[in-house]
Amino acid sequence: MLVPVTFEGAEMMLPEGANLAAALLAAGVGAFRTTPVSGAARGPYCMMGACFECLIEISGATRQACMMQVQAGLVIAKPKGRANGAG
Amino acid sequence: MEQVDLGVIGAGPAGMAAATIAATAGLSVVVLDEQPAMGGQIYRAVASGGAARTDILGKDYLEGAGLAQDLQASTARHLTEAVVWDIAPQEGGVAITYSHKGIPARIEAKRLLLATGALERPVPLPGWTLPGVMTAGAGQILLKASGMVAPRAVLAGSGPLLYLLAVQMARAGSPPLALIETQSLRDQLAAAPRLAGGIRGWRILIKGLGLLAELRRHGIRRITGARDLEVIGTGRAEGLRFSAQGRAQEIACDTVLLHQGVVPNTQASRALGLAHDWHAGQRAFVPRTDGWGESSHPGIFIAGDGAGIAGAKAAAVAGQLAGLQIACQLGALDRAARDAKAQPARKTLDAERSIRPFLEAAYPVAAQILCPADKTLVCRCEEVTAGDVRHWAGLGCKGPNQTKAFGRVGMGPCQGRYCGLTVTEILSHSHNLPHSQIGAYRIRMPLKPVTLGELSTVNAPEDAEEGHPK
Repeated sequence: MLVPVTFEGAEMMLPEGANLAAALLAAGVGAFRTTPVSGAARGPYCMMGACFECLIEISGATRQACMMQVQAGLVIAKPKGRANGAG
Repeated sequence: MEQVDLGVIGAGPAGMAAATIAATAGLSVVVLDEQPAMGGQIYRAVASGGAARTDILGKDYLEGAGLAQDLQASTARHLTEAVVWDIAPQEGGVAITYSHKGIPARIEAKRLLLATGALERPVPLPGWTLPGVMTAGAGQILLKASGMVAPRAVLAGSGPLLYLLAVQMARAGSPPLALIETQSLRDQLAAAPRLAGGIRGWRILIKGLGLLAELRRHGIRRITGARDLEVIGTGRAEGLRFSAQGRAQEIACDTVLLHQGVVPNTQASRALGLAHDWHAGQRAFVPRTDGWGESSHPGIFIAGDGAGIAGAKAAAVAGQLAGLQIACQLGALDRAARDAKAQPARKTLDAERSIRPFLEAAYPVAAQILCPADKTLVCRCEEVTAGDVRHWAGLGCKGPNQTKAFGRVGMGPCQGRYCGLTVTEILSHSHNLPHSQIGAYRIRMPLKPVTLGELSTVNAPEDAEEGHPK
């Protein structure tokens, strides 16, 4: 069953119980965050909880998307690293 | 606090088999695993939907279903989504601290089995941090757990996993655009004499040839001997550039799945300070274990790929051996019973291990991965380049731990999992010293990032209960 979640303020319908990182990839989300050091875009790399590249923000807490399942009502934001080109 | 005879970390083939055999012998067993269902990565989701995809994944994958059923039928308790972040040796065993959905808890176990499996070897090449670049293992996890095929993908690197993944993707209706392989025909010919005598070696060869034939039937393009691989793209992967047959080539794609073999996940064994040795064939550090999987710390065992890469079948029987020895040490089995049950497991283990030298030689790690170009990022988290590490080596930085002080390499959230081996390789090369002498990062608990809330809740009430108010 598809349930609503929001990603960066936009609503999307994802399959309930699916791996969250896989569901976001399937929905066309490539970059999950930007890095704190250079502001580069990153997305899932290992899909098994080891690389910490698929970090997302849910209700203010940073989580690994590949270690979570889709639930209705998730409010997901991209962790923003350093702004590109800043200082 | 919950107390058990055996705590197993990891519900892959080694963990499932060890827990089953130990529980059957009469031990109280808890298996802690990070995933929502048992199987580990190799048999990921095998008991929860993956099995419905056997036509795509192949019958080897189904072997995991039997292991999962045996574990489910045993008295062992399987804790899902249990993220172990601290293991503390104590009198008579270990204390294991884990979090389940952010709530921490602690279990005491008389014996510990680390069955934490393998990680993909880091593949530091230009562009490997772009979104759309993933490990081949990740590509397979998407298939197993989500029935999803990475779109417009190129598989790049070296190792038989690439053939299996390409075939699985083709069976699922989305074959990869191409296989760009870094090993050469010369590597494969040089490896041939290492093909173990006997039926086992031939069986693996025939299976490999079968996969290659299926690749050809699907019309999947294959290029070997590729060098100078580079993922290109702005903000995301848009193509793979490489040179082969003496000329530069480029393939446009949306996904690049990288592979240079897998290496033992030694995060927990390192954090526990166990002895490790450099394994030249696997080009990785391997924890030192005896014939039963017992580590340099009595009572702490390691089985499966985490004790040296040998594959899923070897992992299951190595798990059995560890489970038997633990049951024997705790008085649930006598030596004669242990040895009788161990005999077939040992035979299988020896046979599975005998094919590794061939695979290691036929699919060597690419030179550009062992010795990345200066501009290539090696530490993805802290964005440190190979050139940075070489520069520090020139300034007198001798070991991986010192590199942390020079530039935070290995100090990001992945805690060195995807840069540790690369930093060891670079320093070994720079100083012309053996890997064993260069060593590896010192890993410290917690094994996974935890919140201060988790840290405080698990420690505070315990102290109060035991009458040591702080």
